[in-house]
Amino acid sequence: MRGPTQPTAPTTPAVGGGGSPPAVELRGIVKRFPGVVANDGVDFDLRAGEVHALLGENGAGKSTLMNILDGLYQPDAGEIRVDGRPVTFRSPRDAIAAGLGMVHQHFTLVASQTVTENILIGLDRPRFRLDLRRFDDEVAALAERHGLRVDPRAKVWQLSVGEQQRVEILKVLYRGARVLIMDEPTAVLAPLEIEDLFATLRSMTAEGRSIVFISHKLGEVLAIADRITVMRRGRVTAAGIPGGSVDRGELATLMVGREVLESIERVPVSPGRTILALEGVEADGDKGIQALRGVSIEVRAGEIVGIAAVAGNGQSELAEVITGLRSCRGRVFVDGEDVANRSVGRTIDRGVAHVPEDRTGVGTAPNLSLVDNLIMKRYRAAPIARGWSIDMGAARGVAARLKDGYDIAAPTVDTQARLLSGGNLQRLILAREIESQPQLLVAVQPTRGLDVGAIESAHRLLLERRAAGAAILLISEDLDEVLALSDRVAVMYEGRIVGRFEAVEADVARIGLLMTGGTGEEAQSAGPTEGDAR
Amino acid sequence: MSHPTAGPTRRAFRDLPFELRLEARMETPRWLSPALTVGAIVVALLISAVILAVVGADPIRVYVHIVRSSLGSVGVISDTLVKATPLILTGLACALAFRMRLWNIGAEGQLLLGAWAASAVVLVPLVPEGTPGIVILPIMGVAGFLGGAAWGLVPGVLRARFGVNEIIATLMLNSMAFFWIQYWVFGPWTEGGFQLTKQFPVETWLPRLSDFAETYPVLGGLTIHAGFLLALAAAGVVWFIVERSAWGYEIRLIGDNQRAARYAGIRITRNVILVFAVSGGLAGLAGMSEVAGVVHRLQDNFSPGYGYTAIIVAYLAKFHPLRVVPVAILFGALILAGREIQPSGVPAMIQGTILFCLIASEVFLRYRVSVVRRETRPVGPT
Amino acid sequence: MIDLQLVVAAGIATGTILLFAAVGEILAERSGVLNLGVEGMMLIGAVVGYATAVSVGDPWLGVALAMLAGGLLSLLHAVITIHFRADQVVSGLALTFLGTGLARVLGEGLSKAGAISLLPRLTIPVLSDIPVLGPIAFTDQSILVYVGYLLVPATWYWINRTRPGLHLRAVGEEPAAADALGVSVYWTRYRYVFVGGLLAGLAGATITLAVQPGWFGDLTVNKRGWIAIGLVIFAQWSPFRAAFGAYLFGAIVQLTLSMQLPPTILGFPNPFFEYHPNTFFLEMLPYALVLVALVLGSRGAMRKRIGAPAALGIPYVRGERGR
Repeated sequence: MRGPTQPTAPTTPAVGGGGSPPAVELRGIVKRFPGVVANDGVDFDLRAGEVHALLGENGAGKSTLMNILDGLYQPDAGEIRVDGRPVTFRSPRDAIAAGLGMVHQHFTLVASQTVTENILIGLDRPRFRLDLRRFDDEVAALAERHGLRVDPRAKVWQLSVGEQQRVEILKVLYRGARVLIMDEPTAVLAPLEIEDLFATLRSMTAEGRSIVFISHKLGEVLAIADRITVMRRGRVTAAGIPGGSVDRGELATLMVGREVLESIERVPVSPGRTILALEGVEADGDKGIQALRGVSIEVRAGEIVGIAAVAGNGQSELAEVITGLRSCRGRVFVDGEDVANRSVGRTIDRGVAHVPEDRTGVGTAPNLSLVDNLIMKRYRAAPIARGWSIDMGAARGVAARLKDGYDIAAPTVDTQARLLSGGNLQRLILAREIESQPQLLVAVQPTRGLDVGAIESAHRLLLERRAAGAAILLISEDLDEVLALSDRVAVMYEGRIVGRFEAVEADVARIGLLMTGGTGEEAQSAGPTEGDAR
Repeated sequence: MSHPTAGPTRRAFRDLPFELRLEARMETPRWLSPALTVGAIVVALLISAVILAVVGADPIRVYVHIVRSSLGSVGVISDTLVKATPLILTGLACALAFRMRLWNIGAEGQLLLGAWAASAVVLVPLVPEGTPGIVILPIMGVAGFLGGAAWGLVPGVLRARFGVNEIIATLMLNSMAFFWIQYWVFGPWTEGGFQLTKQFPVETWLPRLSDFAETYPVLGGLTIHAGFLLALAAAGVVWFIVERSAWGYEIRLIGDNQRAARYAGIRITRNVILVFAVSGGLAGLAGMSEVAGVVHRLQDNFSPGYGYTAIIVAYLAKFHPLRVVPVAILFGALILAGREIQPSGVPAMIQGTILFCLIASEVFLRYRVSVVRRETRPVGPT
Repeated sequence: MIDLQLVVAAGIATGTILLFAAVGEILAERSGVLNLGVEGMMLIGAVVGYATAVSVGDPWLGVALAMLAGGLLSLLHAVITIHFRADQVVSGLALTFLGTGLARVLGEGLSKAGAISLLPRLTIPVLSDIPVLGPIAFTDQSILVYVGYLLVPATWYWINRTRPGLHLRAVGEEPAAADALGVSVYWTRYRYVFVGGLLAGLAGATITLAVQPGWFGDLTVNKRGWIAIGLVIFAQWSPFRAAFGAYLFGAIVQLTLSMQLPPTILGFPNPFFEYHPNTFFLEMLPYALVLVALVLGSRGAMRKRIGAPAALGIPYVRGERGR
């Protein structure tokens, strides 16, 4: 089982069904984590040559189940069979040896190494000397065969997100995987890249490989899956139903256990004066490459402007420039005052609130208490500040009020922030930012990774602020969210605004085209451009 | 070097029948932290005893000697508090910086520069000779603080402006401070070519309890001086800064998550420099207290490494300013007794062992630790 | 007069001490573990090597035991930081304290030991005839100096051109990737921390058994463990740059020492000869140089946004992403 892995694909396509056992079979899998049962007696089977979608909300237990199949976690109970034989995986290495490979949602690539080097990690060959040239050719050939376009000699940090995903797929193919587990593979891709990915997946199933496709996006699941298994709260609610036999509504009900709100009710608000105005803003990204190339945009009081863009096209830097976290060239007006390159404190004083993209890395201090985290933006002002000192009584009062008001589930206000779940952490951040009564709220990925209930409450809070007259800049990679909440939408691509739409007239197909580098003129003529385009 | 492959060694390692399992604690019982601290010290003393026995010393006699010669009588308790005074001040210096996760290992050098600056007031002299103590002592205190602060400012600025690792910078500055003192006590300020200066005039001495022996004979021979009160006051001030002030909140926030602090509008650069300066100033006060309260002159090697022991003091006190005081007294006792212990490295070794056991014990604070048997066969349905 | 040839030759010899320690630290840090205990491990290596040579008389056994002692001490750090997930900075400091105290305890009375037999010194036949370089680098140097010459390219090759090196870099940069592909992150880190300890022990033995024999307590190593760590930053984790820095630093220190002796330098009266206390400024110079080197190294790293292994200092926990 541990012999040198040959990077060759199986040549005989196994035929699913009939008398032959499933490629993979999971029986009665139980996995407990402190305080939760992530998998509660889960059964799952994967036939050779099929795409089997595993559908469920965040926290339903999909990723846990697949991490067990990949050897990353060990189940507390249950059995795994591959080709009918029971197996035990102590590590991903064991899973790979058995022909199973996982493509994680968060890529695990070494940025400073080349594509080929990344693919060779963990293999038993070369024995000792690393002769990259020979392996570059092998990788190039493998990539060619599956339509995975990527330069084997490129360093990973130079690659786009889509290319990085191809490296991840090549990694498991090079190890001769017959079963690919794809954990939310489309989350980071643009619509066109998603179609390329689906083509690659189909070419692989045609060769007899099997694919587990984990997702919570109904449309994609219906488009690609041969069979669908739905999970909710650690249990299977529907096992292996054929893809053609269900519709969206049924799947949604199976997934969340109740009717989903497909659209959000928005009261019309007439926008007021301009709160945020950017004029020709340019800024460099972390790697020194220019991330913003002359961005001009306006947000008025009482409206939500959404930024639609694929990850890494400058939207993160845009938020940092506005909130003072990143230096820039050009002008950034907040309520008439140019705050470009002023301090973060200055923008906070001007009434700019910020729901940051990275909740644990930027938005909270993990080892400090709820109190300390909730007063982060107001410890300088009365009633918490008293001269040089902090009135801890007042601080605790504020914290207790916000904890109750925003349903932050934690034992006490002294609980450390790191012990909160993702949804509670986001409620903490929203509570803090919204309670500062901002003129302008910059919300970046406000609902990523949250479950449906938490998403709804976050959306409701944003709309309440809009109704209260705040200007809101919504930056999200979830196009549905942007379209559902925004009054106007701006599309960003490679650091430029390449299209502007009134949300009611927005055309999803055209936005998708612009997000992936379609020509700007096309969109300008097609989409209605409003008066604020400078 | 053996060639690491996926061969037998790796398998043997990974297939150990037991594994350490760590689960994050949701809540920590109140008693656990102090209990672990005490436990760690006990374990460290046991380990040290074994090492002492191995090298041929009698551990019980060593420990009895430490207790007797540091806490055995009122006189030696007073001496212990004298040793504890610079430890409190340097311990506070470290605790303040460590709160912000600034690893100021330079308290020793900052102490030396503080001592030098306070001496300069007397020896240059910066104030006319014969100035009464009530005037000159505060001036010496300010000079000591500023001397230490200046020496702390260097790594602060290097860290804040150039991203220079402050641990190595402060260590290098310790060595430079050592030679700086050598230069002055061998050179311009030397007393007859010996490595010390002339004795300071009496009015520059911090008052001692024994100064009042004429009125209260019971105080005779008690060496404890006003520097101890200064250290206690400093502990109170640092406590207020860290636990109750807005600046302390900023320090704590930067210490836990610098990116979050920046996001909250806190200026990191300014705080790094400021905290380093205040930290250095506290250590500088320790230096002033030593020359004005104990040695009454500047000489080389007047500090037996207070600034290094301070690191352990701060860590043992969990960076809490008020807890620095009792811990510093404990280590003052160790240093006092250590002067006569052979081999001479014993106090340093015990200190190192205590710190090691302490950080090892912290895993129990953050995680529920269990050793579990690995399953060796496929998991069957239960 | 100052004989520059002698100064540089002695600088290479003392630079070898820093070189071993720095290369060991580079390997440990490349795997993602910062070990600030180099000073302590060097002291233990120095005292164990010296004590062995004094009592047994065999310097080679001294080298072997010195390396083993440094390695064993490093394993303490490895257990505490890798398995117990303790703060690597604090654990490294504790290691320095422990190593220093332990070395003083073990070295009790050693300073009075008489002459010991040292490691052999060699002159390499053909290479020593090269003009300028030959007399400096290949004439009458300790055998460990030559080991240093070989270690640097070997380490570079190991890191950049071999499969274990590929895994080492992966573990230090993106441990989750290495783990997912079956490379054991913990095991890899243990190994390289241990190798770092072996080399720090060797660096200590290089002092007492080859370059500057004798036992002078803490002053035997005299902060060179810390200087080696600074050198790693200056060298931006490259063995060749570390070697350059180590030899250069060694030569500069030797130069400052030799500047104290002659009454005149280049015809000018020597201020360090005239007024002895001035030599203390010469003594400060190497430490000031480290600060300058740190500023240069850190600025370079900041500008290029490269250098430190991405996972340096972060304990790896499967399933958690470091922050």
